[in-house]
Amino acid sequence: MTKMSGAQALIEALRRQNAKVIFGIIGGATLPTYDVLLDSEIRHILTRHEQCAAHAADGYARASGKPGLCMATSGPGATNLVTGIANAYMDSSPVIALTGQVPTYTPNSSYMIGKDAFQEADIIGITTPITKCNFQVKQAADIPKTVRLAFRIATTGRPGPVLIDLPKNTQADTAEMDFSDDIEIRGYKPTYNPHPIQVKKATELLVGAEKPMILAGGGVTSSNACQELFELAELLMAPVATTLMGKGCFPENHPLSIGNIGMHGTRAANQLILETDVLLAVGTRFSDRSTGNLDRFCSGKKIIQIDIDTAEIGKNLDVEIPIVADAKRTLKAIYELIIKQLKKRKDSVWFKRVKEVKEQLLNNAPIEEGKNLKPQTLLKELRKILPEDAIVTTEVGQNQMWAALYYKALKPRTYITSGGLGTMGFGFPASLGAKVACPDKIVLDIAGDGSFIMTEQDLACSVEENIPVTVMVLNNSMLGMVAQWQRLFYNRRYSAVKLGHVPDFVKLAEAYGAQGVRIGSLKEFSRAVRKAIKSEVTTVIDVPISSEEDVFPIIPPGRGLDEMVVG
Amino acid sequence: MENERTHIISAIVENKPGVLYSVANLFRRRGFNIESISVGPTEQEDLARMTVTVKGDEKTIEQVVKQLNKLIDVVKVSRLDPANVVTREMALIKVHVSETKARSDVMNYVDVFRGRIVDISPETLMVEITGGSDKIDAFIDLMKPFGIKELARTGITALSRGSKSVKIE
Repeated sequence: MTKMSGAQALIEALRRQNAKVIFGIIGGATLPTYDVLLDSEIRHILTRHEQCAAHAADGYARASGKPGLCMATSGPGATNLVTGIANAYMDSSPVIALTGQVPTYTPNSSYMIGKDAFQEADIIGITTPITKCNFQVKQAADIPKTVRLAFRIATTGRPGPVLIDLPKNTQADTAEMDFSDDIEIRGYKPTYNPHPIQVKKATELLVGAEKPMILAGGGVTSSNACQELFELAELLMAPVATTLMGKGCFPENHPLSIGNIGMHGTRAANQLILETDVLLAVGTRFSDRSTGNLDRFCSGKKIIQIDIDTAEIGKNLDVEIPIVADAKRTLKAIYELIIKQLKKRKDSVWFKRVKEVKEQLLNNAPIEEGKNLKPQTLLKELRKILPEDAIVTTEVGQNQMWAALYYKALKPRTYITSGGLGTMGFGFPASLGAKVACPDKIVLDIAGDGSFIMTEQDLACSVEENIPVTVMVLNNSMLGMVAQWQRLFYNRRYSAVKLGHVPDFVKLAEAYGAQGVRIGSLKEFSRAVRKAIKSEVTTVIDVPISSEEDVFPIIPPGRGLDEMVVG
Repeated sequence: MENERTHIISAIVENKPGVLYSVANLFRRRGFNIESISVGPTEQEDLARMTVTVKGDEKTIEQVVKQLNKLIDVVKVSRLDPANVVTREMALIKVHVSETKARSDVMNYVDVFRGRIVDISPETLMVEITGGSDKIDAFIDLMKPFGIKELARTGITALSRGSKSVKIE
């Protein structure tokens, strides 16, 4: 037991959890903590908006696999984190959010929380449905234990964001602090080991399958099961499709990779998933964007679902064999059982079919090079320029879907995108977080002009904190994805999608002390990317594209995966 | 829907502020239909028991249980088997009885239903009645012709029969 202030205990507890970085913005209700932070080894990165702090923490977590931390003051500081927390929740990312709160009592000892004090917001109430768990600290002495609970809950089982609300007096008060490690959470016991009977059943189904296929979701990456997935896929000669969140967990240049399924999946993946007889789905919640019409999705196949979250079993889909467990352990168990009875398949009728479909259909809509630059071509080119381990983040909309279709992710944690919530403005701050987590890797945000403008102010943070990233803005002066829907489904009636005068991104970058460059050809693009990477200065590359360019293929909402519109 | 019926779910939760909020919020957020909810302490001081009656088909109830289990502050969730459970609900009913005849009728009914008169005024009687929900429904129906001035029901609380118990360490 050591006597210290709540703020000191907080920083000490974070240090014991190996925290290296906090993204945040200071405010009145976090003053005691920031005072201690000044003398700490933990790096504080001052973002220019709390939303960016949350997204940066999320990007940090996804790139590194370690929890990402963000901090904001009470009231508006805390509510500005909300979008970032919701984003992390939807994509199961271990973000730990610290918020200041008005004091629990006033100097004359009357209760203060709940009196609508200055900058008071009920952040516990607000974030209850978008956190895995949240805590309001009632007294300083509770801080070390609360931090341990938060880290345990955020990083184990199905990861997710946890918020700790710290009333100002709990930061300032001193108390005897207990940093011992033992914590017991009686309402929280994730299941890691798969049930042997379920594993056996799954194995039998897979061994007997003529056309096995694997669908890998974000859970494969979060349980670090990519190697196990790889080995099992090769053993079974099963093609691997990914969900948007799963992109990167299986190398997309591998002969068994068929790309993403879903609304903007590849033609090959959407076709083959309807032909498979046994589908092994790992770490995916069968989101509507991935499956399209569920009846069509399920027809003619048996499905094995591995998920660590019991509630994902039977939520969107009823499957033949559910396995509630950690993906890594389960894939390993299945592999070990199969290898005993099956020689490595080399070739099969099914694999021939996979090759055939890939050859015929992998190139989606043909790219016609006109006078306009084609985002599809640029993204393929980008893949050639960037090393395998470079990290790309994306914004949301057309930029994201073009990237999903044309930029091949080759390594886990190198494709970071807002999958569930679809948060425009996520990519740029997430790229900052990723760069901080992996300073030796190249980090690039694939952006659209509409998204980038939502969080562009953190160019200031990028420059000031020396976090060099590259942003390529696919600039069509439009909210392009919505415009595409209006073009396809609303008779080309463009409502509120034209951005009109978009700021000059070159000047904008320069105004922040970053570099800006506008390109007009593929050659200029390559040169600009290479130069940006080499310079190690944050660079915004403005890429003018046609506002009429569509993302194809697309599956209209509610339709089956075989009802693709290809252009 | 055809297969919808009422299910009783009993949840042992941490006895601390905010837990009822997160449970209620979960039901709202996922679109589950609470018919009644009652909360109170258990034999263990730091735990509370929530008894929730929910209407839905089998699949929905399964999701309710799983989603409840996901909440960190929910320690144990069980579905109570309707064939092996004792359920009770209490109601307080203020009935309009200005005439002597009505007054004695109501008192007779109360006797038959093994209720109690807990308050009397020149114009009204307040009745306390305990039992299964059906019994309370039936009693309320009987009171309607007299004129119900006010009504309060507690919602169902329940325990399964037999010697088995849920002990949380």
